[in-house]
Amino acid sequence: MPTRVLIPSGVLCLGFDREALARGVAMKPDLIAIDGGSTDSGPWSLGAGQSKYARSVTKSEWRELMLARAEAGVPLVIGTTGTCGADACVDWMFEITQELASELGQSLRIARLYSGQPAARITDALAAGRIKPLTPAPEISAETLAEMTNIVALAGAEQIQAALNTGADIVIAGRTTDTAIIAALPLQRGDHAGAAWHGAKIAECGALCSTNPTSGVILVDFDAEGFTVEPLATGASCTPHSVSAHMLYENSDPFILYEPGGHLDVTQTRYTALDGVRTRATGSKWVPGPYTVKLEGARAAGFQTTLIAVLRDAHYVANAQAWADKLHGFLDSLIARRMALDPASYNLDFRLIGVNAALGEMENRTGQPVEVGVLLIITAKTQALASEIGKLANPHLLHYPLTANEELPTFAFPYSPAQSDRGALYEFALNHVLELDDPMSAFRLTVTEVTP
Amino acid sequence: MTQVSEIAYKVRSKNAGPFWVTVDVFCGTPEAYTRLSDALKTEEVAALYHQPTQLLKRFDIPDLNVIKFSFPRPVIQGHRSDRDMHGAQWATLLAEMSL
Repeated sequence: MPTRVLIPSGVLCLGFDREALARGVAMKPDLIAIDGGSTDSGPWSLGAGQSKYARSVTKSEWRELMLARAEAGVPLVIGTTGTCGADACVDWMFEITQELASELGQSLRIARLYSGQPAARITDALAAGRIKPLTPAPEISAETLAEMTNIVALAGAEQIQAALNTGADIVIAGRTTDTAIIAALPLQRGDHAGAAWHGAKIAECGALCSTNPTSGVILVDFDAEGFTVEPLATGASCTPHSVSAHMLYENSDPFILYEPGGHLDVTQTRYTALDGVRTRATGSKWVPGPYTVKLEGARAAGFQTTLIAVLRDAHYVANAQAWADKLHGFLDSLIARRMALDPASYNLDFRLIGVNAALGEMENRTGQPVEVGVLLIITAKTQALASEIGKLANPHLLHYPLTANEELPTFAFPYSPAQSDRGALYEFALNHVLELDDPMSAFRLTVTEVTP
Repeated sequence: MTQVSEIAYKVRSKNAGPFWVTVDVFCGTPEAYTRLSDALKTEEVAALYHQPTQLLKRFDIPDLNVIKFSFPRPVIQGHRSDRDMHGAQWATLLAEMSL
């Protein structure tokens, strides 16, 4: 049965064209689906179990989508809720949804799909040989797993289908693959499997697959042979080039995409322009495989304090690297002498902004900057220790001379105090898959009736 | 010396998950594609990113006039020594590469 899915934008909180959304609702979609996050911005969200986006923006955009859902009379699904899809983020989004249901006077059935994994489950699976590393994978053990603040599994189509089959008006899903929330319904209704996954991949970033990437709203029609994608903002178009080029985006292999239970192969896909606006794709192939779900995990890797000084004196600008290296050695010896700290228990990292701060050792250009920003990043086992090292470093970052026989220089500190405590540093600690016999066995579904 | 950016329409890079980075060279025309596809040597691109050649995946895609390179991040995204959380500035190295 043909299935029409409306995608308001690539991620909740990036904004969408309201007229285009209204046009999409009028076109009678079978489902409205939006992504809520990804690993793009780094490990902090998963580590802390918090959304990186403002609650006010989340609530304001979700309000518009809840109104669109009520008008369309179809389910609304959000995947990877709250940037990382941790259980705490699902609860946070559920609370926002309850508030809105009350404010809007909506009676709703809400399904929450939890993707969080207790460390013990993963430890048992590791012992049973049901965890497989991807390339490259960090080493894991029962100890490292126990240290992780959050572990999530990426749900696929089956888990989203289970949530939809509860008759939910709204599905708030934890971590899912970007595509699963879009592909689940066409797959369940028997549309072409390759087209379901491929169309979902094309649409998951919203209008990024069109000629007007910031316009947001995308509509995809799935059927027995292929899919047709259409941007709904005025003036935007999906061309065979803009659509096929989207497979390159954030994908290490532009032809293959792994999902729970198999992979998508678009090597033989044919793209056809139906008119100036819509593009149709056929020939995409779904290749079934073992049922595995990808795991993501983050753990605290210390705490950080940062300081910034700006060198403007031409002599220091020209010798910034030598100065930073010398200061680094001096600080190490001072930390040993005054704090009696083992060098393995802290890390000092000097980033020279204006020299090579973005690329480090890969940088192959040199220039003559007007000034150099010196960012000192201190990592230690506790915040108190990182902060203490920051205070120790402070006067030297301000006054350290290149040579012994010169008047003490004073560099530019942009604010007082010069140091900023950054809190915990998290790092990604899993790049593995978990084998499952029953897709739902690592996921939890809760259904709640909400009345205003 | 001609730089890649003088022939290509655009060079972009981005993480492909926390463990990989991918660099896309959009050539724009079949002529530019043919020229860059021939001129870009896999081992030179690998050296540019301090990668062993065997870890660099290369895709030459004439239908899109695109050449794509993917490789494991030398530093995992967000590790304390990561300098570019999104890997998006890495494209400049290939854009500025002399042919």
